[in-house]
Amino acid sequence: MSADNILEVSDLRVSFSLRGKMLTALRGTSLELRRGETLAVVGESGSGKSVLAKTFLGMLDKNGRVESGSIIFDGQDLARYTTEKQWLGIRGKRIAMIFQDPMTALNPLKTVGEQIREAAALHRGLDRRTSRLAVIETLERVGIGEPELRYRQFPHEFSGGMRQRAVIAAAVACRPEVLICDEPTTALDVTVQAQILDLIKSLQRDLHMSVLFITHDLGVVASVAQRVAVMYSGQVVEEGSVEEVFYDPRAPYTWALLASLPQLGVKGEELYSIKGTPPSLFKEIRGDAFAPRNPQALEVDFVEEPPAFPVSPTHWARTWLLDPRAPCIEAPRSIMRLRERLSKARKDPGRAGKASGGEA
Amino acid sequence: MSDDTILSVRGLGVEFPMGRKRFTAVDGVSFDLRRGETFSLVGESGSGKTTIGRAIMRIHPISKGEILFEGKRVSGRIDASAERLLRQRIQMIFQDPMASLNERAKIDYIVSEGLYNFRLFKDEAERRAKVEKALRDVGLIPEFASRFPHEFSGGQRQRIGIARALVMEPELLIADEPISALDVSIRSQVINLMNRLKRDRGLTYLFIAHDLSVVRFISDRIAVIYRGRLVELAGAEELFAHPLHPYTRALLSAVPLPDPEVERLKKHVAYDPSIHDYSQGKPSWSEVSSGHFVLGNECEIRGWKA
Repeated sequence: MSADNILEVSDLRVSFSLRGKMLTALRGTSLELRRGETLAVVGESGSGKSVLAKTFLGMLDKNGRVESGSIIFDGQDLARYTTEKQWLGIRGKRIAMIFQDPMTALNPLKTVGEQIREAAALHRGLDRRTSRLAVIETLERVGIGEPELRYRQFPHEFSGGMRQRAVIAAAVACRPEVLICDEPTTALDVTVQAQILDLIKSLQRDLHMSVLFITHDLGVVASVAQRVAVMYSGQVVEEGSVEEVFYDPRAPYTWALLASLPQLGVKGEELYSIKGTPPSLFKEIRGDAFAPRNPQALEVDFVEEPPAFPVSPTHWARTWLLDPRAPCIEAPRSIMRLRERLSKARKDPGRAGKASGGEA
Repeated sequence: MSDDTILSVRGLGVEFPMGRKRFTAVDGVSFDLRRGETFSLVGESGSGKTTIGRAIMRIHPISKGEILFEGKRVSGRIDASAERLLRQRIQMIFQDPMASLNERAKIDYIVSEGLYNFRLFKDEAERRAKVEKALRDVGLIPEFASRFPHEFSGGQRQRIGIARALVMEPELLIADEPISALDVSIRSQVINLMNRLKRDRGLTYLFIAHDLSVVRFISDRIAVIYRGRLVELAGAEELFAHPLHPYTRALLSAVPLPDPEVERLKKHVAYDPSIHDYSQGKPSWSEVSSGHFVLGNECEIRGWKA
């Protein structure tokens, strides 16, 4: 394991037994989280991004289990953890998580301050008084005004944005090394979302945390992350720095995701859309999982699964197109020179950017 | 009001009882929908955008103003035949396709429920033909009629929701966040479907949303609403190119763009309502340039015109 990596996932397989059938949610996922970075994981619902996050905390549902692969965190393999006791030293203490819905993450019967204090006192072994002060300090740090008054209030007295701040305070109160954010802003308004994203960015810097940020919004990825992993049907299909993946994407699925951005559409024309639906995870997937939805799929895509091909030392993608024997297929025109097109779309009223052909 | 106006909302106010006091959810909102356009209402949660849609559908009683549909008043007390007509010609599409379909009914019943309510078919064969056509129109196969909602994916369910509205042959569709709950790839399928229906059938949409990137792509005109009042209304591209009201600017700056370099340099603008000095000169709804309206007092308007 490289010293730069705080968390290293290799070839992880997770499956669930559902009504007598086996659902494979993660099919050999590999991922590296570097120390001090923000890595975004993007994918549609069902791609396995939330399951992946849950494996880091030993929070898989009862019917799910890690079949094979490893999750190396600080020299230990979390995939081998079996008892609650082992997890207690990790979950919430060294790896903390923020969930999508701040309403369900807080206990409605306890004051906000007390529920954060309990966790902090448990993990940091502080007494009542010191932990209370630490919590008030944390509340202030996450931008909650009048922290002493807010400490005594109940979750229902908080607005949606304030609640999410309280959840973030609870997560960082134990000074975790890794913070996992699972769609933390999806339920919030855009203006509040912008504030929460800024908060997560500044906390990450100040507290030297490594952040794994799960989202389906490519705008949010561009805003928070240094690196990005694109997931499809239980696999990471492309990983690289945000610049590499946004400006030089290589996997056909990444192309399709970027091309369907409404920002790149032309008014009055069809917006690019991915045909069909993701494959059923109950069945064995043969070849490239995206092939049936990819109009330019190669024959080999239906037969054999592509390995990860390196594009640069920091960028790789799982697609046969990167094999030297592959025919030359270019990315759709609409996403080439993405940056120029986006800035044109902003400056040029009367059209929202050119989607295909034309002036390229 | 010109001939091509299909719906006219004038000085709309909606209040809700809140203990002994009353809470004003919508205050003095006026706009016209032109036939065949997509008009979007954008604002944050609690701004009253959904309430406006529901007031048009007569789900919420209104406290002030009036609503005209094709020149006839449809708000307040109206006779039963006018209400029937309204319920037929204005249809709604809801946000969550998981929650808005009856889990225990087959698609056949879900799509034909409106037809049953209004007896819009002569015989069973005609009803079946209508359901079949509605399903085909939204890109589903007629065989789906015998299935239950849980057998469908999110995108397919939203299509069913649209089919249920289309079967009534409406002129105006009120779509309340119809794509917010959908994944990126499915989202573009539904957007394309809505645009195709608009073109082929001359439908008018009142689109209620908070996702500005989608709104820009599908709308002809956009109105921005803040705490129950319209603050700005303009053509979609005009609004994005020249946002005037500070709240509109804050809203536009808050949308993250899928471009890492732009995002790195971006500074968010926060909206602080106290920057308006309305001690002298109450704000009024003024046309700054052709078709571009803003809420502001005389002094502000002068600044924006320059």
